[in-house]
Amino acid sequence: MKFAFSDEQQMIRDTAESFLAEVSTGEAVRAAMATELGYDAELWQRICGELYWPAIHIPVEFGGLGLGYVELAAMLEQMGRYLLCSPFFSTVCLGANALMIAGSDEQKAQYLAEICAGRTATLAYTGKAAAACGGQWGAEAVELVAQRRHDQFVLNGTLRYVPDGASAELLIVAARSLGSTGAEGINLFVLAADRAGIECRLLPTMDQTRRQAEITFDSVTLPISALMGEEGAAWPALAKIIDLATVALTAEQLGGAQQLLDIAVDYTKERTQFNRPIASFQAIKHMAADMMTRAEVARSGAYYAACVAQEALEHGELASQLPEAASVAKAYCSDAFFRNAGDALQMHGGVGFTWEYDVHLYFKRAKASEHFLGSGDYHRERIARLILD
Amino acid sequence: MKLSFSLEDEQFRQEVATWLQENLIGEFEKLKFRGGPGDEHMFPEERKRWEQKLAAGGWTCVGWPREYGGRGCSIEQQVIFYEEYARAGAPGRVGHIGAGLAGPTIIAFGTGAQKSKYLPGIVAGTELWCQGYSEPGAGSDLANIRTRARFDEAGARWIINGQKVWTSLAREADYCFVIARTDPGSVAHKGLGFFLVKMDQPGVEVRGIQQITGTSEFNQVFFDGAECNAGDIVGAPGDGWKVAMSLLDFERGVSTLGQQMQFQNELNEIVGIAKENGAARDPAIRQRIAKAHTELKIMRYNAMRMLSSQGSGAGSLQQEALIYKIFWATWHRDLGELALDVMGAESQILEHGPYQLSRLQALALFVRADTIYGGTNEIQRNIIAERGLGMPKERWQR
Repeated sequence: MKFAFSDEQQMIRDTAESFLAEVSTGEAVRAAMATELGYDAELWQRICGELYWPAIHIPVEFGGLGLGYVELAAMLEQMGRYLLCSPFFSTVCLGANALMIAGSDEQKAQYLAEICAGRTATLAYTGKAAAACGGQWGAEAVELVAQRRHDQFVLNGTLRYVPDGASAELLIVAARSLGSTGAEGINLFVLAADRAGIECRLLPTMDQTRRQAEITFDSVTLPISALMGEEGAAWPALAKIIDLATVALTAEQLGGAQQLLDIAVDYTKERTQFNRPIASFQAIKHMAADMMTRAEVARSGAYYAACVAQEALEHGELASQLPEAASVAKAYCSDAFFRNAGDALQMHGGVGFTWEYDVHLYFKRAKASEHFLGSGDYHRERIARLILD
Repeated sequence: MKLSFSLEDEQFRQEVATWLQENLIGEFEKLKFRGGPGDEHMFPEERKRWEQKLAAGGWTCVGWPREYGGRGCSIEQQVIFYEEYARAGAPGRVGHIGAGLAGPTIIAFGTGAQKSKYLPGIVAGTELWCQGYSEPGAGSDLANIRTRARFDEAGARWIINGQKVWTSLAREADYCFVIARTDPGSVAHKGLGFFLVKMDQPGVEVRGIQQITGTSEFNQVFFDGAECNAGDIVGAPGDGWKVAMSLLDFERGVSTLGQQMQFQNELNEIVGIAKENGAARDPAIRQRIAKAHTELKIMRYNAMRMLSSQGSGAGSLQQEALIYKIFWATWHRDLGELALDVMGAESQILEHGPYQLSRLQALALFVRADTIYGGTNEIQRNIIAERGLGMPKERWQR
């Protein structure tokens, strides 16, 4: 038992931090936000070609660096801190994870190598049902329909809330057999996004640091070779993919919660009123102390979940804890990030309400991350089912 | 980063569990899940015998070095011991202030004579300790100590006068460690001494404080010409604050993992009631129970981080150590409210008169102390903001 970074993990974290502090400045984030793509393609090429980040936890046999989920989380924490606009989360935490969990050896060999080389990917599994009752991100969110016709599948329907769905080159989609419900009848497919019959429409979003899309399938035909795993039996794999992505998202949320604390404290040390820095008022200090408490607890939660995710990938003894760990971390980190954002805005006073200061970027990212892959309430209900029913 | 324990440590876990299973029986059976916070006044005599039973098994001071009679366990093994202890429902320790606070302080700062005089009784579970820090005028402002210690040259002894308050186990304790002012003209944290004082003497009087629970685990201790020997001061006169503050760091030690297992037992009891009376079907209650579960789960990893970073040289300024107390205390206070809300109207009916509370009723009231003692939430926030975030200190004139 050692719940602290190894020297190598610390180094990965530090390298990510110094790189991102330089390239993902407030100015750079705003420039990326203004593009249709939603990120700086040149920077993405550097991240892939020079830093090999997308390869981080992909096994060596498929061209990756073969590091673990804790290392991945350490990088995501810094990406969240600096609000990096990039397709990293969608490509690695959704796309690569999906291939690693559900792909055949041939699919892994082909697509994971492509991801290592910089090809972008995303997972699209939710229809509008994901927003029902304030958020349902399990099997019930799968609405796309896949019908078997001899040696082909025909896909119809609409996917929504797909991160980077309008720019990803590779799609992993979940679709269910006609008339199936819940965990039954779910398939996963891997396909190129430019296939005939697919329309990807960029959705304008409140949070402009991560793009979302609606993807419509109009009688899209796929060969059997696009199927991942056994027909109709993909739910356990998809559930694991979703949990792994949820864990990854909590590391980003942690980074955001920490950065909000840092910028708010810096601001209150500089801002004077009544002839003293407002950081000297107990009302401000106590708000900051609560923010730090939330950030530190979020850290324990996110890294606990990252350790469990690593074991889940290795089939270790804690592997079965993945759903619980994902929900524990997501429930806490979602609330911590958003509450820190609200407090940071309050501590900034009037300027926190302006477009010019960065607080609103984090505030919006916090709300977007909270509602992606299930809010705190959704994950608490998942936990309640584990312990009460 | 690795969460799982080694095979060797898992074998140790089995050893602890087996010993507890074989020994927490007979006259000790009724002590299961008793004697914790809010229940510390229960079964004092049986719990003293239990402390000696533990000593016979070599379990009173698992983290102490072997040369002082401890078991020399690694941090991992200590974690395991406290977890299994609480999991088995073994009772609140009457010896915990000696084993967890007085002993480690004497080991760190004491003389050879103090070690040989005081440590064996703690290890054997035969000599119990209590803590004399707070005073009526020294609560959050702990350095505002008025208790005085005067050295009597003729008798070669210290004479102590003053009053301590919120002293748990004072009636059972054989010794009290007392912070007192050795320099009469000094203020705040300067000019204090740290004394080891025998309780059974004419100059010491203990009076219980009847609390919100109707019971009296906490006491006032009056020192009226109480004496201790010249050799019973730890460190030099004037070093008392340093010694006292180092001791508070021991308080954040591995036993917190056992405390959490106890929290888990309490939460399990609440879950049991919720399932039985149907509260488990109420969406709002489901959210609150899940929140409690979530935060307790993470609390374990807060503690693991704290323990993993110990000895890394960064000391007590580690962020996770600063937030530890306010987080568990607030969580536990919320748990008390949850307990009553799950029980509904039945929470207001006592087991029997005149004021016999059930374990959860007592818990719900007693946890109000958690966010007050050991540094109130407000003091914790000041410490976090000033030491953790470098925000400006308030300057008050004394």
